[in-house]
Amino acid sequence: MLKKNFSAALRQLVALLLSSTILIPMYMVLVNSFKDKRESNRMGLDLPVEWLWENYQHVIEKGKLVASFFNSCLYAFAASVGVVLIAALATYVIARRSDKLAKRLYLLLIIGLFLPVNHVVLVKIMSILGLYGSRLGIVLYYLASNMSFSVFVCYGYFSNLPRELDEAALIDGASPLRTYISVIFPLLKPINITVFILTFMGIWSDFMTPLYLINQTSMWPMNLAIYNFFGRYNAYWNYIFADIVLTVLPVMALYLLCQKQIIGGLTSGAVKG
Amino acid sequence: MEKRLYPLRFAIPALILYAVFFLLPGLTGIFYSFTDWSTYHEDLNFVGFQNYVQIFTSNVEYGRYIFNTLQFTVISNIVKIIPAFFLALMLNQKMRGRNLYRAILYFPSALPYLVIGLIFRSIMHPGNGLINKALGAVGLGFLQQQWLADPNIVWGSIFAVDAWRGIGYVMTIFLAGLQAIPEELYESANIDGAGFWAKVRHITLPMIMPSISINLTFGLAYGLKVFDVIYVLTNGGPGHTTEVLATSVFREYSNGNYAISSALNTLLFLFMAVLGLLIVTRFNKRTVEV
Repeated sequence: MLKKNFSAALRQLVALLLSSTILIPMYMVLVNSFKDKRESNRMGLDLPVEWLWENYQHVIEKGKLVASFFNSCLYAFAASVGVVLIAALATYVIARRSDKLAKRLYLLLIIGLFLPVNHVVLVKIMSILGLYGSRLGIVLYYLASNMSFSVFVCYGYFSNLPRELDEAALIDGASPLRTYISVIFPLLKPINITVFILTFMGIWSDFMTPLYLINQTSMWPMNLAIYNFFGRYNAYWNYIFADIVLTVLPVMALYLLCQKQIIGGLTSGAVKG
Repeated sequence: MEKRLYPLRFAIPALILYAVFFLLPGLTGIFYSFTDWSTYHEDLNFVGFQNYVQIFTSNVEYGRYIFNTLQFTVISNIVKIIPAFFLALMLNQKMRGRNLYRAILYFPSALPYLVIGLIFRSIMHPGNGLINKALGAVGLGFLQQQWLADPNIVWGSIFAVDAWRGIGYVMTIFLAGLQAIPEELYESANIDGAGFWAKVRHITLPMIMPSISINLTFGLAYGLKVFDVIYVLTNGGPGHTTEVLATSVFREYSNGNYAISSALNTLLFLFMAVLGLLIVTRFNKRTVEV
């Protein structure tokens, strides 16, 4: 009994310690975002002498945060919706067919989980297509680069959907597309929500693509805006911390709201393998 | 019948987008890696293997960057996967606050790398950073370091930050595997008098093989392509101590050396293609067998 209590206490201690390595930095960012320059540069854990809400106002104005917030939303939202629609439809036929061609297409699609993108040539291809430096180009690239993961996640899900469902509809005379839209797509809701959220968060966090593909400040996503802000104000940790808080808030809200779907989606592949 | 019911034309939009904006750049990159493509002149000449010869023989330490990439891949996965496995074992048992701990530990995986980079540049700040101050406060001042500027320490700092972000993700995947193990297996092992390690070895590990292979697969792909965490923490520095393939690809691109950049990327591309093919065909075989 004593041993059992001891091990339970030990587990609590480990869990608390590890959680605090995550919570303390978050707390540090938050309190320091309300301090003045001198106080925040000490990066302490004490509460601000005076709560300076105007730090946030300053950051929003000077950091181009409003425009870049909408850019981030646009890239992440448009590409995630697109991926959900396009990848699920493709996975449906590829997963249902048993011929060699479908197997090969599946392999071709998911090998993208491994391949690095050649951004240098991507820029060239974008220029040739007249898409370089356009929002459409960025969205199309995000669609393409998230395809592999979405197909991979969806593919596993189809093995849980009995074929009889689509066969019944098809035998009733519905066209393949009709069947997909009215029978299959509604059943994919859980996995589609997962794909949407994971893609959205991935794009929101992505830093490399905008570095290569964006050549004007008006199209910066939040990540690039904050990076450049850091370059200009690297002695003003209060502003940097406020900027961090504003960048993290949207993903944090999404995480808290959709934790079940995020974790369910990550793990759907893990259990089945 | 099957072909009519499930027409492949449904897959065309996905395939076109994927081919044009994802595969084509990589494949065309192979071609460009044999040219002298750069910003410095208009024309494009075929130069054979010159870029590759330069990568492996020049005094710019490209070989070192390749070594760094491999080293990052191996070490970063070891320091995430092993602790994450034990954490998952721990948080799979009944304990108070279990769900809250799981949620907190996963949370850093949802944060943008850039944000993580900025937070840790502050925490690892040599003067005022939280770590050095905390060490000083408890009388361990002699352990204070230039976390991101000392070439002997900087890799350790990067592995620590990377683990800080990634352990929760790896753990979550292990947890899903653990939850699928039937309780009876452990009960009968207890009756046989099996100890903790015997149960781990003979029940847990074999049963969570799928989670292990998912973690290894994603971990390998992540490690070999790593860019963000290094770019935002050290930008390859101090000097070029922490330069990896993806950061040097970007550096060469920024300097206008497109052909070298493409050659470096092609090395990674071919390596990953072979590795990916090996892993993916193994996956596929298993799903067919099951």
